[in-house]
Amino acid sequence: MVRRDLRFLIDFGSTFTKLTVVDLEEEVVMGRYQVPSTVGTDITIGLTQALRAAEDHLGRAIGEKKNLLACSSAAGGLRMITVGLVPSLSSEAGVRAALGAGAKVVSSFSYELTLHDVMEIDRISPDIILLIGGTDGGNKQVILHNAERLSGLQCKAPIIVAGNREARDGIEALFKGSEKLLVFADNVLPQIGVLEVDSSRDAIRRIFISHIIKAKGIDKAIGIVDAAIIPTPSAVLRAAELLAGGTKTEEGLGELMVVDVGGATTDVYSIAGGEPTRSGAMIRGLPEPYAKRTVEGDLGVRHNIDSLLEMGRLTGNLNERHFDEIRNRFSSPSKLPEDDLEFELDSLLAGVAVDIAGGRHCGQIKVIPAPSGELIVQTGKDLSAIRCVIGTGGPIVFARDPGAVLRNILFRANSPDMLRPKKAALYIDSTYALYAMGLLSQQEPDKALRIMKKVVKPV
Amino acid sequence: MTKAPTIITGTVGEDSHSIGSRLLSRVLKDRGFNVVELGGLTPAEEFIHVAKETDASAILMSSLYGMAEIDLAGFKDACIEAGLQDVLLYLGGYLMVGRHDWGEAERRFKALGFDRVYPPEVDLDKVMEDLKSDLHQRGKLQ
Repeated sequence: MVRRDLRFLIDFGSTFTKLTVVDLEEEVVMGRYQVPSTVGTDITIGLTQALRAAEDHLGRAIGEKKNLLACSSAAGGLRMITVGLVPSLSSEAGVRAALGAGAKVVSSFSYELTLHDVMEIDRISPDIILLIGGTDGGNKQVILHNAERLSGLQCKAPIIVAGNREARDGIEALFKGSEKLLVFADNVLPQIGVLEVDSSRDAIRRIFISHIIKAKGIDKAIGIVDAAIIPTPSAVLRAAELLAGGTKTEEGLGELMVVDVGGATTDVYSIAGGEPTRSGAMIRGLPEPYAKRTVEGDLGVRHNIDSLLEMGRLTGNLNERHFDEIRNRFSSPSKLPEDDLEFELDSLLAGVAVDIAGGRHCGQIKVIPAPSGELIVQTGKDLSAIRCVIGTGGPIVFARDPGAVLRNILFRANSPDMLRPKKAALYIDSTYALYAMGLLSQQEPDKALRIMKKVVKPV
Repeated sequence: MTKAPTIITGTVGEDSHSIGSRLLSRVLKDRGFNVVELGGLTPAEEFIHVAKETDASAILMSSLYGMAEIDLAGFKDACIEAGLQDVLLYLGGYLMVGRHDWGEAERRFKALGFDRVYPPEVDLDKVMEDLKSDLHQRGKLQ
């Protein structure tokens, strides 16, 4: 029998451990397997079960020596807080850096921390704290104050400092002799109008690998997995970047968006410059990262039913008739739709999530009448020219009509100031493989890209 | 050597006339200041946000469409609220509509809390002299 060259791509989730097996020679997805997560006891038990499920399905051909790559969103994912200065400037820059690294920002503080804030941070007990504030050469007093407050925390969360570079000596002195891990990265906002998230993203990723994996009990898998375990959203972001940009030898699809609807959050990714398409538009606000991720913690289709119903009523996607049915049938976080009505209701909920999350991710324009004609001011990314939107996450991928759910992201005539995609083709991640291809791209970017092009299907 | 003071420039409100503000920025840079240029169509609160983040010593605003009184109502109070009471506030341009006496415009905007108020055709050397002397007086320039 010919030994196939297989890769085993694992996502340690909070509820399920998922495994995608790909054949590198044929460049196809061989199968997808999922078992309940065992992160609470021993994460390797679930991993072994998932591998056994693959073996049962694919036969012994899968061999003894396996090439495994993994990402994780188990045990709450990567929970971060940010501490910055001005909400619309350094604080927002910090939040973007954290989201881009695949974190969940559980709380964001601005200005000087109070003792009460410090107690609140201890209560939250985040995995990592990102401390920012001040442009280089700008305000130093607030970041020093906040560093001093953070030095008094009980919780052992590593602290990444990515603010005014002039504050470094002072902050180092404050933490002298402390057991806390302190890591310095480049300022996320070195000047007004310049956003630098790469250095912080790298620092977050390094700490996730060196510390957080262990703290969450995922490190047991390290001996089995071939490369470092990364946060799941950062694997999805990598996949989206690869699919958009391509490689040296294989062309990508160009600028695109990905919408991931989940039980707890709805995430939107855009791989696009977002430059104005309206001529003469002036851009306001913080610059946008080319690869941008936003996370809506109030738009999970199981955990946030009440707020989704309310928003759905306002947007007209839902009416009173749906309310009781949805409340009665979808109260459990692990509920999957079973009959026609449940599929319909689940898709309606997902549609509201896609609509609102998409609207928050896309930029806006404001038209100001002036003596010399209309002035157009743009905030955020102009995504109206995006040609490709990909849906992923159970409520989209398994919907009876995924296109109907996904269409909610598109431009509409009654709100022309929202810069949503106008003529995008809609696709779904048919085998739920984006995270897996993000992992594979670390070793085999060309193959990962070609497989993605096969499994991302138009709807 | 002490650090060069940071100065913020821009045209306030829904006014897109930014050439004067650009000329001013160039002169400030030539004189060795650290300049943050916000350009045209800058909301008043944006000046405050940026001044806080950059630890600025002065805000030099321009307005050429006659709406400055509406755009800047309460601006000084907002600066005080934001902890920027020591930041110098300069304003220049066509500040009011209709025929009016320049002295009237100057009085009104000084009453709103601006340290210096200039007509549109002011000599920028004069502004630089004023700025240096004001910063010096506040101990922000040697």
